[in-house]
Amino acid sequence: MSALKIGDRALDFNLPATDGKHYSLESFKDKKSLAVVFSCVHCPYVKAWEDRLIALQKEYADKGVAFVLICANDAVKYPQDSFSSMKKQARDKNYPFPYLHDESQEVAKAYGAQRTPEIFLFGQGRKLAYHGAVDDNYEDPGRVRQAYFRDAVQSVLEGKPAPKPETAPAGCTIKWK
Amino acid sequence: MMIEFLYFADCSSHEEGLARLRKVCAEESVSSSVKVIEVRSDQEAEKLNFIGSPTILINGRDIDPAGLEGQRPALTCRIYRHPDGRFSPLPAEGTIRKALRAGKSNCERGL
Repeated sequence: MSALKIGDRALDFNLPATDGKHYSLESFKDKKSLAVVFSCVHCPYVKAWEDRLIALQKEYADKGVAFVLICANDAVKYPQDSFSSMKKQARDKNYPFPYLHDESQEVAKAYGAQRTPEIFLFGQGRKLAYHGAVDDNYEDPGRVRQAYFRDAVQSVLEGKPAPKPETAPAGCTIKWK
Repeated sequence: MMIEFLYFADCSSHEEGLARLRKVCAEESVSSSVKVIEVRSDQEAEKLNFIGSPTILINGRDIDPAGLEGQRPALTCRIYRHPDGRFSPLPAEGTIRKALRAGKSNCERGL
């Protein structure tokens, strides 16, 4: 499981994004909640859940919830996860969230992320409220029984603990150098 | 008929993929056993032309040949595109069924 435990504070980062800017925790200081999502380009689980993440961000953007995606995969071994491929992915899918490149992999290691996609949702005081998967069905959005992430976001906004604060992130392993 | 199931252990869906393959085999009354092969290294991936986990071969033919285009051997999870356009780490049951039926037909015709 993650290096961060439920209730731990978010760890800072300062990373370049596909939009040409740099982002840190400070960039999201006006948001009630921040989801740090470790992601990548090549992984089928990311592709399977991608539209659901985009829809969720759009749904909750006006409620003060921000997502930030971070790709930390070794692009030498997995060229599909290069910064230029990330830019194309963000452009093609019209990402409504910043997409950051953790080339040194230090942020992913600090968070204890293992897979893509893997969500760390921070609520009040930037404390970890939820860690894990998007939901319980990567293959078919119509057959989701437990919308872990959505339920956690809603709970955070209502000032309540997430119904299921930790789930096992299903996905590709982060490709370490 | 020869059925091979190649997987990379880091891809968490391989057990579900194997169960799906066995389910469709049973539904299609295919009695051939499934040879399960774990791909453990980049060298093995190169040797087997393994582009991602899971990969299913029927009589040596990939069940989703379109998915091979532009891919190179790698220890990674494989992307399947379902008929309705959705992406998945697993082949659709229909894709497996179609390949099994083609394999059966080829065997019966001695191909």
